[in-house]
Amino acid sequence: MGISRRRFVQGLALGGVAAGFGLSRAGWGKGYPDGPQTLRGSEFDLTIGETTVNYTGRPRIATTINGTLPGPTLRWREGDTVTLRVHNRLAQTSSIHWHGILLPANMDGVPGLSFRGIPPGGTYSYQFRLRQSGTYWYHSHSMLQEQTGLYAPLIVEPREPEPFRYDRDYVVMLSDWTDEDPHRVFAKLKKMPEYYNFNQQTLGDLLRDIRGEGFRPALAERLMWGQMRMKPTDIADVSGYTYTYLMNGVTPAGNWTGLFRPGEKIRLRFINGAAMSFFDVRIPGLKMTVVAADGQNVHPVTVDEFRIGVAETYDVIVEPDADAAYTIFAQAQDRSGYARGTLAPRAGMSAAVPAPDPRVLLTMADMGHGGMEHGGMDHAAMGHGAHGGLTHPASETGNPMVDMQTMMPAPKLDDPGIGLRDNGRRVLTYADLKSLFDDPDGRTPGRTVTLHLTGHMERYVWSFDGIKFADAEPLRFSYGERLRVELVNDTMMEHPIHLHGMWSDLEDEHGRFKVRKHTVNMPPGTRRSFRVTADALGRWAFHCHLLYHMEAGMFREVRVDEGGAT
Amino acid sequence: MTGPQMLRFALALGLSAAVMPAGAAEDTHHGHHGHEPPATAAPAQQAPVPQIPAPTDAERAAAFPDLDGMEHAHGMDTPDMLYLLLDQFEWVDADHGGALRWEAIGWWGNDERRLWLRTEGERADGETGRAELQLLFGRPLARWWDLLTGLRHDTEPGPSQTWLVLGVQGLAPYWFETEATLFVGESGQSSLRLEVEYELLLTNRLILQPLLEINAYGEDDPARGLGSGLASTEAGLRLRYEIRREIAPYLGVSWEKRHGDSADFARQAGEDVSDTALVAGIRLWY
Repeated sequence: MGISRRRFVQGLALGGVAAGFGLSRAGWGKGYPDGPQTLRGSEFDLTIGETTVNYTGRPRIATTINGTLPGPTLRWREGDTVTLRVHNRLAQTSSIHWHGILLPANMDGVPGLSFRGIPPGGTYSYQFRLRQSGTYWYHSHSMLQEQTGLYAPLIVEPREPEPFRYDRDYVVMLSDWTDEDPHRVFAKLKKMPEYYNFNQQTLGDLLRDIRGEGFRPALAERLMWGQMRMKPTDIADVSGYTYTYLMNGVTPAGNWTGLFRPGEKIRLRFINGAAMSFFDVRIPGLKMTVVAADGQNVHPVTVDEFRIGVAETYDVIVEPDADAAYTIFAQAQDRSGYARGTLAPRAGMSAAVPAPDPRVLLTMADMGHGGMEHGGMDHAAMGHGAHGGLTHPASETGNPMVDMQTMMPAPKLDDPGIGLRDNGRRVLTYADLKSLFDDPDGRTPGRTVTLHLTGHMERYVWSFDGIKFADAEPLRFSYGERLRVELVNDTMMEHPIHLHGMWSDLEDEHGRFKVRKHTVNMPPGTRRSFRVTADALGRWAFHCHLLYHMEAGMFREVRVDEGGAT
Repeated sequence: MTGPQMLRFALALGLSAAVMPAGAAEDTHHGHHGHEPPATAAPAQQAPVPQIPAPTDAERAAAFPDLDGMEHAHGMDTPDMLYLLLDQFEWVDADHGGALRWEAIGWWGNDERRLWLRTEGERADGETGRAELQLLFGRPLARWWDLLTGLRHDTEPGPSQTWLVLGVQGLAPYWFETEATLFVGESGQSSLRLEVEYELLLTNRLILQPLLEINAYGEDDPARGLGSGLASTEAGLRLRYEIRREIAPYLGVSWEKRHGDSADFARQAGEDVSDTALVAGIRLWY
């Protein structure tokens, strides 16, 4: 681990956007590490372009909005009609998708589904009325532009007073930066899916386990995984080997800082704008009270830590009363690195940065294969058996692009998640999220659409029901219907599933409305359901928000029309 | 009907029968005309609940804009890619002198269709002792296996010859990279080759790679020193260090033994029946 490796993980202290934001409009960029600038109002001009950044000691070209990474924070007001003129100065088609915002389909910004994209040199005017409030974000939906910097926070201020108070308001946007061309990253994953995983089990681990557990149990465990051709270290496809994790566009070494006066209540709006990274967030020394998830107010719940899936948002309130600095620590789920910032009474202060937690190992139970006692399971039967009422779609059977199927999936809403159990900290779970309002539709879902999340690690193919987007027919929703979407995760990875245009009203294990979300996280071995009111005509994207999973095929068109479901 | 269509159809039928109210199930078979005004909809259609108003024509137009035939950017499948692996490129220090040996594979294509290239050979004293090139078409066969068919051409040893190739390759349980290939030569000769490889991680960068290769032939071929039945066994053990994943120098040992008639042919030619050698090389891929 030389200097260069450390630089890669922690980044440069004075990294970030180097070229004066490219546009040099007065009054905009206040420079780093103050975080992204904020634009308010109802009319905006946004310019997509290229800007030189330097996070690791090597200058790179980022794709940016108005010259910054992340782009400017937009502050809108509920009920307003906003107009956004987006100018594309790239050499290729671009787009902006307003993540989690209800709007007409032609304003959603998904090229080929709801508009043609913004051509090089072109402008697209987005206009829509805001029917919601809360913390959201926006990003490109073209190719892999999101990985190179095209994302930014989005806040809709409510008309009605909020059910909580705070004195300061900071956006904390987490993301992952790579110096590599994202197309090259994708190609590497296709050719060698474990390319970025330097946390694999070694001979030394086996010897240690043999000493600890005895020869037979240690070997049996290895054989079980080997038989399945799976790796218990498969937590993240892309790791800190190439990623520098950013907080508001600032490297850990750069240390983004939010100032406060002791005793103040601070609202932190966490947004996971990463391409591929889940983060586990905590602020040692401070309790966090979660007041909103995906922009929707929830019954306040106080925790020490929470996991934020890609594309999710959580609003928390903290109340530091000491005249001291606190570290905002967001470690990547695979523990290969972290984003970090500081809350402090004065600039330049910092607190201790925790060491990342130990490497995380998946268990058979994590993948919905029951406990260890099911070790010598019959994999041939896994595909066809109906375990606990579970049937797998016929399209998964005999499909060379599907490498495994879960046997006993469960909602696991009260599970803190892989690597967060019994860590001595109170960790937020989906079971803790309780909407402040009742089911806004009220109807019992008229039908259930079940989709299995599928894939093949070694071929690096991802899909729904074993069918990649390229080969899939749209899902048909009938305008006006209330339906249930049930997801079963047949893969060994966690997938944040995002439906455009409509809410995903998460249900509990008894089918009761819990909380309204735009992105539903699906750990391996889970079966979760949400309700949808199909009140938005059009062709909508429905996909895993892990960028390379989406690109590899875990994507569907949801078509809402007036003809009824077929 | 394609697979996905069939699935969707079955899903719709099954679910609508099981879950949808009787009235609603009837319009399952209705055509869906995205721009059809509600007035013309069938009377059996489930009425939208009051808080969801019927869309206006302007809203319909906004929902289904004319994309001028443009496909969704993701509608195209994963783009074709090129993979080249120089698995062995090594100097062999054998009893009878040094030699340069190579073994490489490559593919170009996507998840469903790939054009494969395999080549291996050996040069010593400025002469090529053995060289073969395979050009194959590969498709996924099962979860962990691909089926490969194509041609193999040998320029050495002896007169050049061409073979038909039928092979299976993939990942056997417990992470054994496996290739089983059947060759049928133009002269009627047949051959079977089995290769198994494993990667033992000493650390995440220091990797020990044992491999085993077995060759068998259907007929005696004295000109090339090949006897029918089990002809040769080759074992190797290479320890590589991945400076980057793509760049890994290695050291190792290779052992080769000829069996049966092939061993006899070797003895007649004054060659060794078994050979142990140290190897040093580099593994590269793109």
